[in-house]
Amino acid sequence: MKRAFLPLTVLVLVAGCSSSQNWGWYVIDPTTESGWTNVKFLASGMGATIQISLIAAVLSIVIGLIVALPGLSEKRGWRLVNRVYVEFIRSIPLLPMLFWVFYGMPIVFRSMGLNIPIDPFWGAIITLAVSDSAFTAEIYRAGIQSIARGQSEAAQTIGLNYYQTMRYVILPQAIRRILPPLANQFIYIVKMSAFASVIGMQELTRRANELVVTEYRPLEIYTLLIFEYLLLVLIISAGVRWLERRMGSDERGQ
Amino acid sequence: MPDAVVELVDVNKWYGAFHALKDFSLEIGSGERVVICGPSGSGKSTVVRCINQLERHQKGTIRIDGVELTEDPKSVARIRSEVGMVFQQFNLFPHLTVLENLTLGPVKARGLSRKDAEARARHYLERVHIPDQADKRPIQLSGGQQQRVAIARSLCMEPRVLLFDEPTSALDPEMISEVLDVMVELAEDGMTMVVVTHEMGFARKVADNMVFMDAGETVEQGKPEHLFTNPRSERCRKFLSQILQH
Ligand SMILES: Nc1ncnc2c1ncn2[C@@H]1O[C@H](COP(=O)(O)OP(=O)(O)OP(=O)(O)O)[C@@H](O)[C@H]1O
Ligand SMILES: [Mg+2]
Repeated sequence: MKRAFLPLTVLVLVAGCSSSQNWGWYVIDPTTESGWTNVKFLASGMGATIQISLIAAVLSIVIGLIVALPGLSEKRGWRLVNRVYVEFIRSIPLLPMLFWVFYGMPIVFRSMGLNIPIDPFWGAIITLAVSDSAFTAEIYRAGIQSIARGQSEAAQTIGLNYYQTMRYVILPQAIRRILPPLANQFIYIVKMSAFASVIGMQELTRRANELVVTEYRPLEIYTLLIFEYLLLVLIISAGVRWLERRMGSDERGQ
Repeated sequence: MPDAVVELVDVNKWYGAFHALKDFSLEIGSGERVVICGPSGSGKSTVVRCINQLERHQKGTIRIDGVELTEDPKSVARIRSEVGMVFQQFNLFPHLTVLENLTLGPVKARGLSRKDAEARARHYLERVHIPDQADKRPIQLSGGQQQRVAIARSLCMEPRVLLFDEPTSALDPEMISEVLDVMVELAEDGMTMVVVTHEMGFARKVADNMVFMDAGETVEQGKPEHLFTNPRSERCRKFLSQILQH
């Protein structure tokens, strides 16, 4: 089903391209000079999309772990900190959070006497990372909780402290269950990075919007945009599957 | 008794509303071997888990080498360096080799060099009679071998007291004796031990003091022969006759 879908879509598009007056593929026809210029312009957003997504993903992985750990504490207060963060962040739609970070946070900083400007690049990264961290935190928590309690008890009885127990005993075992869903979360970040276009970040979606304004060919340009995201997601998916296979074979090899 | 290594005085432990230990007292002298037995749910695990503070008791006093345990992390760290523990389920680290299981504590918690830690690990592997398995993963070993690795892992920390919580209950019958033999040797070498077990042959052989528990209390304690031959309480007599029948 999934396999058949892609060629079918392409077929429909190509058919539409040749038969209908409503299609104007010339705008992105790489064989013509202007078409090639347009394609290059659209694809030039790729770098920014990848950069934003990668940095946000790395930050989310770090923040997620920091948020997950109090959620595993025996102390109620620490667990509450985790719950409040996760529930609160998870409930904020991405676009309002983006506006708050980009337009609101500089004002907060200024009121504290700090002059920290937030450009679209970092505004997008902060928003994506924080928003996603609520989900990565839950992934960590589930992964760590899946490791039997006896493991951390054994680590404690040979004198390891909390950090050492996590670092040398729990996380190396939990990572097998954490990595694949974490990588999936990366796909989510890539897609959500499109919102960065609304605060002026020159990434894939923004480029498409700008070209639509000058060329007035939304159908063709947005179609290509969708395929650009599809390409990114397919690459990541392949990476995730490779990772899962590797982890799986590791487990059997033990 | 000034040379008591471990001293529990009127220790009380609740799990929520459930009263698991009721004014429990026990004294363990240096080099002494204590065997704790009793029916399921009587609080045997709770006693050993309180001694090494995997569980925190709410009332009463626990002293290790005369120093009272508090919730202070320093106090907890001190017990961890003096009290070792062997679990029913071994709890070896599956992602590490046998040797790495043994060196992790000495290197990370004690700051030993890797070389010294490995020498120590090989020494104790020899002592539990599995010198050749150092580079295997725990899962490649039999249950009896795994439990002996777990004992060696505790010994590598060179504790003053070693706690055992039903060390042979998860083992196939043919592997029980290889673990018990190692424990008898440890006892003969003068290790202070607290052993929760229903292996009465082992108790008879090594125990200086045998504690029979029921419902969070000590019902009776004394020399094993004494408990076996003329137990004062009916509960103890019944329990022992049941497990001695097997
Ligand atoms: N974490 C816990 N939370 C709630 N109740 C617990 C907990 N741990 C133990 N208990 C209860 O406390 C009582 C004593 O438990 P403990 O594990 O010390 O018994 P035991 O003598 O070791 O039994 P067994 O022979 O089955 O191992 C049991 O009734 C048990 O259900
Ligand atoms: Mg028990």
